[in-house]
Amino acid sequence: MSTMYQVLRGPEHFLPPAAASMGIRLPDPGQAHIHGKIVNEDEAMEVAARQFLSAKVPTIFPGPLVLWAWNEKAAGKATAIRHLYETIKECVTPSQQAMLIPMPDYRPKYPKINPEIEINPNHPNLTIWHNKIDTCMFVGVHCHQANLSLKIIRGGTYCYTIAMCAQAGHEDAMVSFRDATADKIRKLADWVKKLKGSVEPPKDD
Amino acid sequence: MSKERIKIAPEMFDIMPEEYQDLVERATYGNEHRGWKDIGTSKELIEEHSLCAGCPESMAFRYILASLPAPEDTVMVGSTGCTSLVFPHVGVHNIHSLFGNQNAIASGLKRALSVRFPGRVKDVVVLAGDGATVDIGLDMTLQAWFRQEKFTTICFDNELYANTGGQESGLMQKGFVAKMAPVGKTFEKVKLPEIARESGCHYVVNCTVSKPNLVEKVIKNAIHVAREIGPTYLQLYTPCILEIGKNSMEGLQEMRDSEKPTERFAYKEYVSDQAKELLTELAAKEKERKAALKKQLAGQA
Ligand SMILES: Cc1ncc(C[n+]2csc(CCOP(=O)(O)OP(=O)(O)O)c2C)c(N)n1
Ligand code: SF4
Ligand SMILES: [Mg+2]
Repeated sequence: MSTMYQVLRGPEHFLPPAAASMGIRLPDPGQAHIHGKIVNEDEAMEVAARQFLSAKVPTIFPGPLVLWAWNEKAAGKATAIRHLYETIKECVTPSQQAMLIPMPDYRPKYPKINPEIEINPNHPNLTIWHNKIDTCMFVGVHCHQANLSLKIIRGGTYCYTIAMCAQAGHEDAMVSFRDATADKIRKLADWVKKLKGSVEPPKDD
Repeated sequence: MSKERIKIAPEMFDIMPEEYQDLVERATYGNEHRGWKDIGTSKELIEEHSLCAGCPESMAFRYILASLPAPEDTVMVGSTGCTSLVFPHVGVHNIHSLFGNQNAIASGLKRALSVRFPGRVKDVVVLAGDGATVDIGLDMTLQAWFRQEKFTTICFDNELYANTGGQESGLMQKGFVAKMAPVGKTFEKVKLPEIARESGCHYVVNCTVSKPNLVEKVIKNAIHVAREIGPTYLQLYTPCILEIGKNSMEGLQEMRDSEKPTERFAYKEYVSDQAKELLTELAAKEKERKAALKKQLAGQA
């Protein structure tokens, strides 16, 4: 297809198509995708790190699979995620604000969630709008809920989305890794450290 | 969900919303002697709810959730109605079923859990409205009892379809006029407790939720009998204050008025011989435990 669909920043429109239905396919082991194009993983690491460093509010959204210490592997990922967050915080300028906001629950909450401190897959846009988040990474969120959120975010916000997926990746993210491990998350932190100072910080509006 | 089985990852603890921290730190999962008296001193398994202000269903939910003997090993099955809007705020695994199907879902679930977790006690508790239990779901309700499925069925009896604006239900009183049943009910309130007894339930209680200690007792009895023997049924009066034109603070009095000896929610109980034996045994054990505890406390003093 010469006019291949690209998974780009929104707002795309109210109901963006599932990227898979537009021909976007998932990466094989060792690969990742950027905007739907299959690349090797290192290329995506660099793009994700640059994205964090150039964002006004670079944010990580950890989900239930890493928020609770279900087993040693999950606990190890949580440590690596915290390390990535602290690294981003250290590497950005004072005008940028790194955030770590949990998605502890998938159920719709009444009357609504507190968007300052949590994100919910049924209306992730509330948290993104409230905190003016312009780049986010999902990690430890079950596939279905991540897909739902990523589509809503692409549909209604300007936020750039990254998926650090433990399975086969997400078509609906702008950058997606697959087979996430604690080491892979630390590798991304190393990329952020390596690129510190080489990425232009965001300009004030 | 037991505290031993689930911990928040230490690096994530500080970012978790307070209610999740509390569930891990201050809830009574894993305490087999939990009960209504923990309300106010521990984290309850219900967050803000979506019922009308003062709705007695909210009291019932609080007492029931405080009294489940093993919430970490319990799955509740709900059905459409006012109750179903509460389940998203409840810290117990739960399944929402298609309106009326709750006892069929619970039958399959209970069987699947005993295959999946042999040797571990898993309680299944259905909690649905009167419309779901007695009208649209009557087939599923009765068939589960006939088959002697080992779970508890709780009906929140508010004597009409509250969630859809006040239609007539089988448990409505004869002659009652509701917003969407203007002619008035022409036949008697269905005698479901008696039907439950005849259908094979081993423990059946009809009462209101005005007294938390009573709710605790009947919930624990019903669940223990269902675990060991067979189906149990609780019909709890949770008046819909909105549909009967009462104010928020009048729900409790409405229940007290309706549980007088001559009224339709006077305490009524059927216990099979098998269940009687079990409950006597459990009561003796509990008495022994309390006596030992008393002795221990006296020794410490
Ligand atoms: C299969 C099906 N039929 C009808 C409905 C519409 N409906 C929603 S709630 C309700 C009545 C619920 O009454 P009840 O079970 O007494 O619960 P309450 O709201 O009174 O607590 C009905 C008929 C539905 N959701 N699904
Ligand atoms: S409509 Fe009636 S039963 Fe439903 S929440 Fe309101 S008072 Fe309670
Ligand atoms: Mg009802």
